[in-house]
Amino acid sequence: MGSRSPSRHAFLFTPSRPGSRFGRVRSNKYHLALRETDRFVSMEGRQTQEQTAHPSRRRQAAPQDEKFTFIRNAGDQMTLSRSLLLFLFLTLGLAGPGFAQSDPETLRPLINELAKGKYDQTEKQIGDLAATGDPVVAPTLEALGEGDLYFRKSDGMVFITRKAGKGYALTDPLTLEPAGEVGRRDVKKIKVNNSLRRVIRSALGSLTLRAPDPNVRMQAAEAVFKSRDPESIDALDAAISAETDDGVRVMMAQARAAAVLNSDLGEDQKREAVTVLADLGSRQALSLLMSVRSTLEGETLDAANSAVMKIEKSIAAWDAVQNVWYGISLGSVLLLAAIGLAITFGVMGVINMAHGEMVMIGAYVTFVVQEMIRTSMPGLFDYSLFIALPLAFVVSGAIGVAIERGVIRWLYGRPLETLLATWGISLILQQAVRSIFGPTNRQVGNPEWMSGAFELGQMTITYNRMWIIVFAMLVFAGLMLVLKKTPFGLYTRAVTQNRRMAASMGIRTPWVDALTFGLGSGIAGIAGVALSQIDNVSPNLGQGYIIDSFMVVVFGGVGNLWGTLVGAMTLGVVNKFLEPYAGAVLGKIFVLVFIILFIQKRPRGLFALKGRAVEA
Amino acid sequence: MKKTFTKLALAGLMASTIAGGAFAQEDTIKVGILHSLSGTMAISETTLKDAMLMLIEEQNKKGGLLGKQLEAVVVDPASDWPLFAEKARELIEVNDVDAVFGCWTSVSRKSVLPVFEELNSLLFYPVQYEGEESQRNVFYTGAAPNQQAIPAVDYLMNEEGVERWVLAGTDYVYPRTTNKILEAYLKSKGVAEEDIMINYTPFGHSDWQTIVSDIKTFGSAGKKTAVVSTINGDANVPFYKELGNAGIKAEDIPVVAFSVGEEELAGLDTAPLVGHLAAWNYFQSADTDANAEFIDAWHAYIGDDDRVTNDPMEAHFIGFNMWVEAVKKAGSTDPDAVIDAIVGVSVPNLTGGYSAMMPNHHITKPVLIGEIQDDGQFETVWETSGLVVGDAWSDYLDGSKDLISDWRAPLSCGNFNTKTGKCGGSGS
Repeated sequence: MGSRSPSRHAFLFTPSRPGSRFGRVRSNKYHLALRETDRFVSMEGRQTQEQTAHPSRRRQAAPQDEKFTFIRNAGDQMTLSRSLLLFLFLTLGLAGPGFAQSDPETLRPLINELAKGKYDQTEKQIGDLAATGDPVVAPTLEALGEGDLYFRKSDGMVFITRKAGKGYALTDPLTLEPAGEVGRRDVKKIKVNNSLRRVIRSALGSLTLRAPDPNVRMQAAEAVFKSRDPESIDALDAAISAETDDGVRVMMAQARAAAVLNSDLGEDQKREAVTVLADLGSRQALSLLMSVRSTLEGETLDAANSAVMKIEKSIAAWDAVQNVWYGISLGSVLLLAAIGLAITFGVMGVINMAHGEMVMIGAYVTFVVQEMIRTSMPGLFDYSLFIALPLAFVVSGAIGVAIERGVIRWLYGRPLETLLATWGISLILQQAVRSIFGPTNRQVGNPEWMSGAFELGQMTITYNRMWIIVFAMLVFAGLMLVLKKTPFGLYTRAVTQNRRMAASMGIRTPWVDALTFGLGSGIAGIAGVALSQIDNVSPNLGQGYIIDSFMVVVFGGVGNLWGTLVGAMTLGVVNKFLEPYAGAVLGKIFVLVFIILFIQKRPRGLFALKGRAVEA
Repeated sequence: MKKTFTKLALAGLMASTIAGGAFAQEDTIKVGILHSLSGTMAISETTLKDAMLMLIEEQNKKGGLLGKQLEAVVVDPASDWPLFAEKARELIEVNDVDAVFGCWTSVSRKSVLPVFEELNSLLFYPVQYEGEESQRNVFYTGAAPNQQAIPAVDYLMNEEGVERWVLAGTDYVYPRTTNKILEAYLKSKGVAEEDIMINYTPFGHSDWQTIVSDIKTFGSAGKKTAVVSTINGDANVPFYKELGNAGIKAEDIPVVAFSVGEEELAGLDTAPLVGHLAAWNYFQSADTDANAEFIDAWHAYIGDDDRVTNDPMEAHFIGFNMWVEAVKKAGSTDPDAVIDAIVGVSVPNLTGGYSAMMPNHHITKPVLIGEIQDDGQFETVWETSGLVVGDAWSDYLDGSKDLISDWRAPLSCGNFNTKTGKCGGSGS
């Protein structure tokens, strides 16, 4: 047995295969097969497993990799998860000599069955496939869940497909070998809906609990946690005892607790499960406890109730933290939108209604860059934002300089005319973009590193929001540096403080005006790159931000960048604390009223400029 | 006898002169298109303008109407509601159009209603709306709430077993009325007050973090939860981005939307959204020959194979064909004649059936529930077995459940109260 057990750990249900010790267990309930496995495992004892698990992996690694690379080279671009499943499958194939392998072809009729019938029949077919307990069906189920499983109309054969030109490239679902290409009309998709996806997720969860890759096992445990299928308890027990990764083991224990609560096991088992979930303390645990409360009684019920209270308390505390985070996030968006305006309006005193359109142009630059990358070099997609940043700065900045030279410089000292003229420019720019790119939204994708979220305690932090906060701070620091430490910054400050004196000292004030306006517009363009990640890229993008930007600059104090920073963050946090109580609509109104009252009290905003410069 | 004959001859002569005169003056039938080409609503309405131009061009290729060519008159009300009324007046009085196809938002429709009533012209309104209205001069070819919202909620309740509901909408008349109807409907189905959360956001709302996290919290009460979204246009993109990033999967908390179609999804990476739902009367993915033909014609007309088709376009397709049929039936483009002729007219829709104009000026439609796919299209997962008749007055609201609408003689009333037996009951 010692020589066999190593390879056993590399795959899932070997003992249930024909020729193995237990023979094939034919059963509608695939977990029965698992139970056999468990007993098998417990007989062997934990020691053997721990000792043998590692050498086994080392020994098998080399041939797997060879074959793996071979298939990759054969042109199969698999998704990560699918290649992991493939890995799993190959492990099985290589373990061959020790066991008489079943012919996977026996599964083919079952798989082809999927081509027939409606949703409820498909659900039964998925059950049948999962009941085989054979991980060979995992890629098929995975493809089905992702909507990549099609059948050929001519003979009803089922294939995993991938888009290739105008048609589809077929992959055999059992051997995972390429099976040629067909036109779009030759194959038909096997439809799935949400409830089927849930069934697939739970079936895959049970099938992959003991996959070689810890990430796959983690996903499997999460799937079981969500499905709460009492029938997977035994599989979980086996998986937990064989687990080497602590994180995955904890997740599996939680999944087991969820399944136990949903089963008809005894009170003490359930009480233990309640304790596990109480320790977990997440929203999901709360949701689970709330839903099973009615089935519990006596002490267990008390335990569940106190667990619910405890979790609710901790969530309430986290909610406050979360609100602050959301506030900072909203504040950073406001800061990005307003910081360019803080220069054109705050420093130069130009009421620039076209500021929002500079943001919009920055977003469209991102779109154009991504579009070019998509068509010519898709590999660079993750860097698209870095390419777009300088371009957006240059394009928006150049348009800003053109506006300043063409229109605004004739209107200095006439704020009303400036307001009307720039508003006109904003309409012209909007309609121009509408004519060039069309009126509909344009798709700007999130690079990999900006998608998704991670959990911090009981709150979810999305990557795009987090990076935008970082980015806003960087832009702010950069701008401060330019204004305080460079000759250009010095000229700008000199011209704003005393134009005539600066001119007498030999500074070409008109050029400083143009460049400062260009800088403000360019920063707006950069903001557009960031905003394209969270908002929609349409000609109306800028309009939504112009009012908020003015609000931030006026509130923070005209002519002071620090004021803009503090103003944006304050407004963001206040808004987010009001929103849960007052709703988004009323919250906004309250913030406006608050600013109006504040301006009555301090007409120059939070950080007013002092000294003679103010009077000039 | 002789007198009668002379009279007849005279009448005939007059008729022919008038007809002849008319023919000499204008050898085209004018069709007005009243859609915003600039401003916030341009994003949705420009497509409808193009679709109308395409339909008119195709009709002209088939030989026009009543032996005359059709001529499109396009105006731009610039997403400005009062301007809609002005432009409508201009179309009818200055350009002398025989029918107008247009409007998107309910407020723009409400703004043009008095103009159409006063000048007695025809408006075909192609967008799903909140109901509670039936007007003699208006034909509602989009969905009424019972053709979209109610079946969608039924689907979630019966097929997905949803017990807890978030009704999220943009703060204006359509979501507010629809949510009022849905709330009444859900309560009539035994859903408790605390299992319904209603949330409104301003137009163009872009920071959805709080609301998405509220939905997550609301959904963790141990009952299956779904979101019914009447969030409008632009705000949808950041909403769905936030949903996707926050990891809310359709298998856990599905979102069913009434204002998100193929056009709105065009600005989104839909991979994280697979499985979220929308309820419409048409999807581009509908597998019929009529639809394939329509999509091909659209791509050829617009010169871009990536452009999508959507439900309001189909509504215009149906509405335009109904008008054409009614004009043929009446033998004239006179509004009164068309209003009388159009009730009962039935034309093919794009989902493989026929849609008919009902006496309440709403049409019959199938209701489809679709799931978002990773290519930005919808896949129909459920549809009504037959056609659903548009109901102008909701059966679930106190003020309107006794009202019916029938524009045929002798009733000829948009809000007939069956309890009091009088025309002009409460409502709207």
